[in-house]
Amino acid sequence: MSVYINKDTKVIVQGITGATALFHTKQMLEYGTKIVGGVTPGKGGTEVEGVPVYNTVSEAVTETGASASVIYVPAPFAADAILEAVDAELDLAICITEHIPVLDMVKVKRYMEGKKTRLIGPNCPGVITPEECKIGIMPGYIHKKGHVGVVSRSGTLTYEAVHQLSQAGIGQSSAVGIGGDPVNGTDFIDVLKAFNEDPETHAVIMIGEIGGTAEEEAAIWVKENMTKPVVGFIGGRTAPAGKRMGHAGAIISGGKGTADEKIRVMNECGIKVAETPSVMGETLISVLKEKDIYEPCKTH
Amino acid sequence: MNIHEYQGKEILRQYGVSVPNGRVAFTVDEAVEAAKELGTEVVVVKAQIHAGGRGKAGGVKVAKNLDEARTYAEEILGKTLVTHQTGPEGKEVKRLLIEEGCDITKEYYIGLVLDRATDSVVLMASEEGGTEIEEVAEKTPEKIFKEVIDPVVGLTGFQARRIAFNINIPASLINKASKLMINLYTAFVDKDCSIAEINPLVVTGDGDVMALDAKLNFDDNAIYRHKDIAEYRDLDEEDAKEIEASKHGLSYISLDGNIGCMVNGAGLAMATMDIIKHYMGDPANFLDVGGGATEEKVKEAFKIILSDQNVKGIFVNIFGGIMKCDIIATGVVAAAKELGLDVPLVVRLEGTNVDLGKKILKESGLNITAAESMADGAQKIVSLVG
Repeated sequence: MSVYINKDTKVIVQGITGATALFHTKQMLEYGTKIVGGVTPGKGGTEVEGVPVYNTVSEAVTETGASASVIYVPAPFAADAILEAVDAELDLAICITEHIPVLDMVKVKRYMEGKKTRLIGPNCPGVITPEECKIGIMPGYIHKKGHVGVVSRSGTLTYEAVHQLSQAGIGQSSAVGIGGDPVNGTDFIDVLKAFNEDPETHAVIMIGEIGGTAEEEAAIWVKENMTKPVVGFIGGRTAPAGKRMGHAGAIISGGKGTADEKIRVMNECGIKVAETPSVMGETLISVLKEKDIYEPCKTH
Repeated sequence: MNIHEYQGKEILRQYGVSVPNGRVAFTVDEAVEAAKELGTEVVVVKAQIHAGGRGKAGGVKVAKNLDEARTYAEEILGKTLVTHQTGPEGKEVKRLLIEEGCDITKEYYIGLVLDRATDSVVLMASEEGGTEIEEVAEKTPEKIFKEVIDPVVGLTGFQARRIAFNINIPASLINKASKLMINLYTAFVDKDCSIAEINPLVVTGDGDVMALDAKLNFDDNAIYRHKDIAEYRDLDEEDAKEIEASKHGLSYISLDGNIGCMVNGAGLAMATMDIIKHYMGDPANFLDVGGGATEEKVKEAFKIILSDQNVKGIFVNIFGGIMKCDIIATGVVAAAKELGLDVPLVVRLEGTNVDLGKKILKESGLNITAAESMADGAQKIVSLVG
């Protein structure tokens, strides 16, 4: 088991003929992901990497039976690509694209209300269920199948955490990048809920950063609902206020969204927060040992 | 992206938001000429910098005649204003807004912002105009009223009226005030603002509702579709290194320390600053080279880091996902050779093609310290910088 995706997930790639999308389509196919189609308006009927290309998402879904899509469409057109995925009633749309105007995302969120599709991202590395299915841009080989769930606002920090875990012999059930934008499709609580319900996930690492209050809300949710241990890390303790630190959502404004406040609330809610990004793995292992679930989490 | 008050008012005027008449001036003579043209008895001389708190810092003066206007323009133009938003080094005033005086009956606050909790634009208002909203929120939160705006219908008449009544706008001016709010919202959406703050919004003696100040910020990700807004950019207000970085698609922010950082990914870049600080070092910058960095980009990143005179050492921390370690290594070697690097350099590589990357560094003949982990690298650069 895992969250959101597994070995049977059929995936289409929106914007498949772009250079980045092509590169990652190849990587995903090599990993074993079932890429069953691609979409580029005007290129329908062609084929890339042995994958058939369609003009529209609905056509691709009808022809291939895909349930998930991954979006590499450039920022000015990405919001429309998400809407198209939602309209085609996909279960899952993962948007990798960075720099989507935030008011476009405000409209997208409103459009998605009551619809069936779950959006992950935008501005995220994607989702991986190790040794089964990789949808996104993460380096596959650092992941190992196992029982720790990873959820994060940052791509490279996710890789860092996963790498530390794998090196220490701790595999992952799934790793979910929710993205660095202020308005996103799936938040910490959604993913924590999914991990809580997934029998194969025994513990979770949650990686946040400055800006907004999503980590605080998630921490309170964890305290009230989570039956599995959660450890955390927050990036940006040394970030100056009022500056956007790379991610559109990573900004301390009006004294809100500081790392110290997030860490304080997480600690209060029983989430052990790693002191530095170098010890995310160690921190998790120490908690696994405390809870006596270290052995079952080891990768055999 | 930020713009000046006078530019913000130009935009508001286009959307039918009432603002005082005014002219921008770059010299004292232009300021006096502007005051003459306005023809009002009283003019206000306002420093134009991208920071709030100008009034308290002496950047806003009321002149009762042309002589006073000249005196104040001479005083403010070229002055370095230090406000709570400029940092201790302050900002030099290079532009003035000369504006007609205004008979203020009462001041209010209205602002549009993106609210992350509701994924919507929210209209906030208070009758405590002239005070910063953060201060009102802290001291008298009950005096702040909010309306969450549905993007499908926009700010509705009833919402705007409800806000106007809540903040005690005089009954006779409710419609004028709500019209202004709706116009402000239209401008916000049309121009992809991230903030549109009117503080103060004023009711005048002759029964008008006006934006006396205007703070408009724009979503950087949407500037591509607003050529008019892009032209408002004032490079004097930005850090030279940050401007250079943005030309090369690098995300860079200047800090006060002496350890230059080059990292891929925003989260890892922040965490790298944090870990340097954890080991008692001081980061000189935030720098995310991005996912698809080329050798050329890495070189530019190096140049920008080294253009900071405070930098006494550099820490390169790369976890290659999209970005391959050999490309980073080649870029690092090329840049170090070309720029004649003379400060300690610690490189930590992990990810795709890591062995090849390490080999390139090792065989370069350069004095590069390899690090095994982020913590190892941070400790090494801190001790090398001393």
